Amino acid sequence: MPLGDDALVLSHRLGEWAGHAPVLEEEVALANIALDLLGQARVLLSLVGDEDELAYLREERAFRNLQLVEQPNGDFAHTIARQLYFSTYQKLLYGQLAAGDSELAGLAAKAVKEVAYHQDHAEQWTLRLGDGTDESHQRMQQACEALWRFTGEMFQPLDGVDIDWRETEATWLASVTAVLQRATLTVPEGPRSGAWAAGAGRQGLHTEPFGRMLAEMQHLHRSHPGATW
Amino acid sequence: MTAVTAETGTNTHGSQTADDKDTAVYAAAFDAAVAADERIEPRDWMPDAYRASLVRQIAQHAHSEIIGMQPESNWITRAPSLRRKAILMAKVQDEAGHGLYLYSAAETLGVSRDELLDKLHSGRQKYSSIFNYPTLTWADVGAIGWLVDGAAITNQVPLCRCSYGPYARAMVRVCKEESFHQRQGYELLLALSQGTGEQHAMAQDAVDRWWWPSLMMFGPPDDESSHSVQSMAWKIKRHSNDELRQRFVDICVPQAEALGLTLPDPDLRWNEERGHHDFGTIDWTEFWDVLKGNGPCNEQRLTQRRRAHEEGAWVRDAAAAYATKHSNGEATA
Repeated sequence: MPLGDDALVLSHRLGEWAGHAPVLEEEVALANIALDLLGQARVLLSLVGDEDELAYLREERAFRNLQLVEQPNGDFAHTIARQLYFSTYQKLLYGQLAAGDSELAGLAAKAVKEVAYHQDHAEQWTLRLGDGTDESHQRMQQACEALWRFTGEMFQPLDGVDIDWRETEATWLASVTAVLQRATLTVPEGPRSGAWAAGAGRQGLHTEPFGRMLAEMQHLHRSHPGATW
Repeated sequence: MTAVTAETGTNTHGSQTADDKDTAVYAAAFDAAVAADERIEPRDWMPDAYRASLVRQIAQHAHSEIIGMQPESNWITRAPSLRRKAILMAKVQDEAGHGLYLYSAAETLGVSRDELLDKLHSGRQKYSSIFNYPTLTWADVGAIGWLVDGAAITNQVPLCRCSYGPYARAMVRVCKEESFHQRQGYELLLALSQGTGEQHAMAQDAVDRWWWPSLMMFGPPDDESSHSVQSMAWKIKRHSNDELRQRFVDICVPQAEALGLTLPDPDLRWNEERGHHDFGTIDWTEFWDVLKGNGPCNEQRLTQRRRAHEEGAWVRDAAAAYATKHSNGEATA
């Protein structure tokens, strides 16, 4: 469920970009990524129960997604930094799950192809923004730093996911560092977890914008109890 | 391809020049190709007015796809089930893709996408008046799929045989995807219509609000349509506005019955003699008003489009700067 919530929430955030992207090709790309994630969320949530009940009828405290994915879109640089951090994580995670024999192996085998594309998209844009103009460099640097404090949470061990989390974290850090350096960006130096204990989102402790996001997402479904759509 | 135009073909004395003779030969070949239902391709000679007319039509069509993303994406974050949310996201994504095909088709006529977007943003080129209406409930997403996409398909299927090749080919691809969206919209409305009383009422209200604006999508009546006669002679258009509108009404009536919804027109009835449905008079004052920019959402739609473009400028600049930095090696190699 935590992985399903990650995909569901990030998909929602990317869906907010529709009609607002900086260039038409990005309308297509961001919607494409959002759709892939929504597909993953539906499979993952269905493993636990009814996808719509889980998405629309749980309250904030019952969601187990990372705080990283619930962060508002901000400018395009913030969206790309969030994508870079998260897709690199997903790529490492699904890569290992696909190779294993857990019940998630099948899903992971399909998802790993999608997230490799997402990671490439984020990496390409990180390079362009970091190594583009002075303004884009500054914005990208600022975005990388603003989201850095949410990245530690990704490596809290999860039930049912039997991988070496410390090694995964080290690989993630090496991969992200390499991309940021190629993009002429400085790797942020701040702590990788916020004032809340690391793992807060996984325990149902979220940031303030998340409740508002859920209010919008769930409003219609909750207004018509028991209806089918 | 030739740069010959009517202006350069005539010298100051008004007598015939060699270029003028060439133009006459090209024009005859063009007319013959159109008459024989052959396709005109980007490198072929074409009358300036034909080129201009196509640029106008294809650009407006592309703009409509782009602006048309707004009323629907208004509901992406509120879609009531994950399945519906996925369908809607895919649809809005397709629309961006259609915009891309159509700008490419327009570019074969010697204009650039940037130039056309500029004209959209400054209000010098239009988009379909339908997208100036607001989406007020979830059922509007279904009504747009059924009625608005339905009207678009009725308009666009004949364009698959349009005389200009790149436009006709773009239409083949667009129509396939649009038909899919239309079925999904219909199915959404059906689910609502057969759902709870509140859902049924929501569906009926949406159809009541979208029916007349959908009929307006076919453009002004034939006797007031300034571009129609020439477009039909050039085989850009194949049927008149009123013919297509009638065809659409005839298709929708049985579909509305199957949906269990009514169409908001007391004058709508089958005319045995004509073999068509008679229907009430369109409010042309509203149509011209919306077209002039005074519809419910004209300002909002353009403002959002301009804002997306302006706020994205630094991203496009970054991509261009990066491309320049990193292509120098290849360019000089």
